[in-house]
Amino acid sequence: MRVTQGAFSYLPELTDEEILAQLRYAIGRGWAVGVEHTTDPHPRNVYWDMWALPLFDLADARVALDQVNECRTAHPAGYVRVSAYDASLGRQTTALSFIVQRPPVEVSPAPGR
Amino acid sequence: MDRLSSGVIPYAKLGYHDPDYVPKDTDVLCAFRITPQPGVSPEEAAAAVAGESSTATWTVVWTDRLTAYDHYQAKAYRVDEVRPGEYIAYIAYDIDLFEEGSIPNLTSSIIGNVFGFKAVKALRLEDTRIPLAYVKTFQGPPHGIVMEREILGKYGRPLLGATIKPKLGLSARNYGRVVFDALRGGLDFTKDDENINSQPFMRWRDRFQFVTEAVNRAMDRTGEIKGHYLNCTAATMEQMYERAAFAKELGSPIIMIDLTIGFTAMGSMARWARDNGVLLHLHRAGHSTYTRQKNHGVNFRVLAKWSRLLGVDHLHAGTVVGKLEGDAATTKGYYATCRDSFTPVSAEHGIYFDQDWGSMPGVMPVASGGIHAAQMHDLVHHLGEDVVLQFGGGTIGHPMGVAAGATGNRVALEAVVKARNEGRDLATEGPDILKEAAKHSPELAAALATWGDVEFAYESTDRPDGAPA
Repeated sequence: MRVTQGAFSYLPELTDEEILAQLRYAIGRGWAVGVEHTTDPHPRNVYWDMWALPLFDLADARVALDQVNECRTAHPAGYVRVSAYDASLGRQTTALSFIVQRPPVEVSPAPGR
Repeated sequence: MDRLSSGVIPYAKLGYHDPDYVPKDTDVLCAFRITPQPGVSPEEAAAAVAGESSTATWTVVWTDRLTAYDHYQAKAYRVDEVRPGEYIAYIAYDIDLFEEGSIPNLTSSIIGNVFGFKAVKALRLEDTRIPLAYVKTFQGPPHGIVMEREILGKYGRPLLGATIKPKLGLSARNYGRVVFDALRGGLDFTKDDENINSQPFMRWRDRFQFVTEAVNRAMDRTGEIKGHYLNCTAATMEQMYERAAFAKELGSPIIMIDLTIGFTAMGSMARWARDNGVLLHLHRAGHSTYTRQKNHGVNFRVLAKWSRLLGVDHLHAGTVVGKLEGDAATTKGYYATCRDSFTPVSAEHGIYFDQDWGSMPGVMPVASGGIHAAQMHDLVHHLGEDVVLQFGGGTIGHPMGVAAGATGNRVALEAVVKARNEGRDLATEGPDILKEAAKHSPELAAALATWGDVEFAYESTDRPDGAPA
């Protein structure tokens, strides 16, 4: 199976250049960017582990991509996602989230009941 | 003639027409499209509408003298001709005329007796300004757009849905099959249609159980939160509460009601949804009986305001490109009314007044009716990100099956959003973006081959023409 959480799970895996384009979009809108990872992608697991503190007021999207790659290196068998956060009044919530690494073999997180 | 001498006196002379009146920030304002009867002046017709929708009756009553009547009288303060014989009248109502937090009370005044009034041939409520002081007395959406996304864990793209077809006749087991395939294929939501309640071919409890099985299996296959709008519409509140409680017991994240249940029942279900942490989807069944005609009825933007105030999380608001009524500019106005915290006056979008919602959450608009994957770039371009795009025929009618139809829609959506974020122009590059995406998705390729040329290019019956305040 394939965990299809996030905004781009039905597309081919994003290349680093494609991830950079999304990071630039997020930064251009004033959003903070965070990298998270987990081995438990259960749909009700809201709280993946934060790789570092979210990156606020980022000027260069490559800084965020470096974090993505550090996280991937440290957790090669886990899921890694990028989340962009919109702190503006009326939103104050995640604005974009997409998976940038998944394990070679995925098993159902079996939410069941 | 004195205002208070006995007999029939023109409404305008009774104080219901006052061109010098300056509306207060706390007034409820309405813009009515008025077609007066021959021989009735526009000012008199506007005053009559103001009178009949507030304190007046057809003759002078001495009991007016027991009240501070000029406070309670609505005032027609501006009348503009928009077409020969057709006028927009602006009327102000003091906030004291209305009960706090009650759409039934508000509507009994402003669309009550007055719509059958003989002095006007036709009457349409085009827009209304609800003052912030009155907005604050309403519950509003049980959860709203932001909370819905956090419940679902889905960000940065429109949501996808489909209404199960055929609307009527499927057994519960067959119905659940369509739900399962549509959700495992990539949709976020499936939906009961408005007239699926509890008929002999499929009773509500059976449907709820099989649908829940389908939703849970699809979550298992995808690792994503999924949901089905379980329609709780029924003949009595007791039955609706019973169905809603069972939906919650089964773990459904969302339930559904139809507009036909009425404003009070909608308000009760809104409170239930807030109290029980379940999203509330409203299907606007029946609205076109009074929202569609240019010269008579209630514009949908007004109904959208009432729905947001009394409290729903989802509201069908048009597609622009689909099979149902609505031009692009007007529909954008509806979407703004559902979603934004402040909607500025805009002649282009048919919005007559500034509307401040304060911190009231937005309603997620739903685009449904004759839309398909080949239109995905247009849909995202026109409708933005906070919207549920519902493809019924456009999922279930896919030549490779229901799941493939769902996958084709999801691939198209994700490709379009990704391209937009990369800075590509959806209006000009949309079809190319979809063709590129179809190279790695046979499901999308088949959808484009099937529906690529289908469009519904009919002239709208209703375009904005007023000169807003």
